[in-house]
Amino acid sequence: MSAPMNYLDGNAAAGELSRIFAMDITCAEGQCANCGSKRRFAEAHLYVQCPGLVARCALCGHVLLRFVNTQQRIFLDLRGMTYLTLNTTQQQEASN
Amino acid sequence: MAGTAVLGRVTWRSATVVELRDETATARTIALAVRDWPGHIAGQHVDVRLTAPDGYSAVRSYSIASAPNSDGRIEITVERLPNGEVSPYLTKELMVGDDLELRGPIGGWFVWRRDQTEPIQLVAGGSGIVPLMAMIRSRASGSSTAPFRLLYSVREPAVVFYRNELQALSDQDHSVIVTYGYTRVAPKGSPRPPGRIDATLIATGIWPSNLGPTSYVCGPTSFVENATDLLIAAGHGRENIRTERFGATGERK
Repeated sequence: MSAPMNYLDGNAAAGELSRIFAMDITCAEGQCANCGSKRRFAEAHLYVQCPGLVARCALCGHVLLRFVNTQQRIFLDLRGMTYLTLNTTQQQEASN
Repeated sequence: MAGTAVLGRVTWRSATVVELRDETATARTIALAVRDWPGHIAGQHVDVRLTAPDGYSAVRSYSIASAPNSDGRIEITVERLPNGEVSPYLTKELMVGDDLELRGPIGGWFVWRRDQTEPIQLVAGGSGIVPLMAMIRSRASGSSTAPFRLLYSVREPAVVFYRNELQALSDQDHSVIVTYGYTRVAPKGSPRPPGRIDATLIATGIWPSNLGPTSYVCGPTSFVENATDLLIAAGHGRENIRTERFGATGERK
C-alpha cells in the first residue's frame, strides 16, 4: 500500500479495549474476515485520527474493528474479524 | 507471585511522583509510586490521564522504562513534543509529590519475560528505546543469561537516553552489546557516516538469523516498517519479530 504511515498498532488500543475485555487483547489472535490471515491483534494497524479507533488488517487493510467512546456509550464493531482467540493461560505474572 | 492478576481488570490507579530525572534537554524520566500496583512485565505500557478543572481530560500511552520489581514503583521516560498537549506538562511543570492517574500495566505481546532463553535482538528508533530499556534492565536485575543485543538508531549523540547506564551494562556486566546508528550527526571517529538504518547497519549490528533470535522493534511507524523489512531481508522470520509503533509525533494518540 502506498498510503502514508499514519497508523499505530494494536498495542496502542489495548488500554481503551481493556474497558471491555478482561483479558489482554494484544496477544489475542484474530482472523481477518476479508483475507483470512490470522494475526495477533498487536500487529493490526491502528488509526486514531478519527472520532474513535479503527484497526485494520496489516496484510490487506480490511477494517477489523471500530471502537467509539462518546462518554455515555461505547460502540464496538467487530464484524471485520471472523473470530478472536484469547489465550487463557497467558497470565500477568507480577514481578520477580 | 505468578498469576496474581490473571483475572484482574486494568483499572485507573492513583500514582504519586517520587523522583524526576532529565535524560536529555527534552526528555525526562518520571518515577511513580503506584497504589496497589500488581507488577509489570518488561515491554508493557501505561496510559496516563490528565484532567483539567473543567473536566476535559487527555490520555496518553507511555512505555514503562524500569525493570519489574515488587516495590510498587515504575518509571516512564517522556519526550517533550513542541506542540504536545500532555508532554510539555509532564516534562516541565510536574513536580515531586504531584499525583497522576494511571491505567495499566497494558499489553502482553510486546514483552520480554525472564524465562525466555533465546538470543534477543532489540532495535530502537529514538524514544522507542524506552520499553527495550525495561527489557535490558529486567535481564540485568534477574538471573537471566539470554544474550542481548541492542541496535539504537538515534538522531544525534545529545538525544541518546540512558547512555551511561547502557555503557556500564555493556562494559562491566556484558549484559548487552550496544550498536548506535546516528541519523543526523555522528560523534567524531564514528565508523559510519550519519544515515538512516540500512542493510549494512543491520548486517553489523544484529544477531545473525541462524542464532534464532527474537527481535523487538520499537519506534516511529516508518522506522518500524523499515527496520522490520530489513530484518526480514536479512533472513529473520516475521514470526520472530515483535513490533510496537509510536506515531510520527512520538505520541501514541
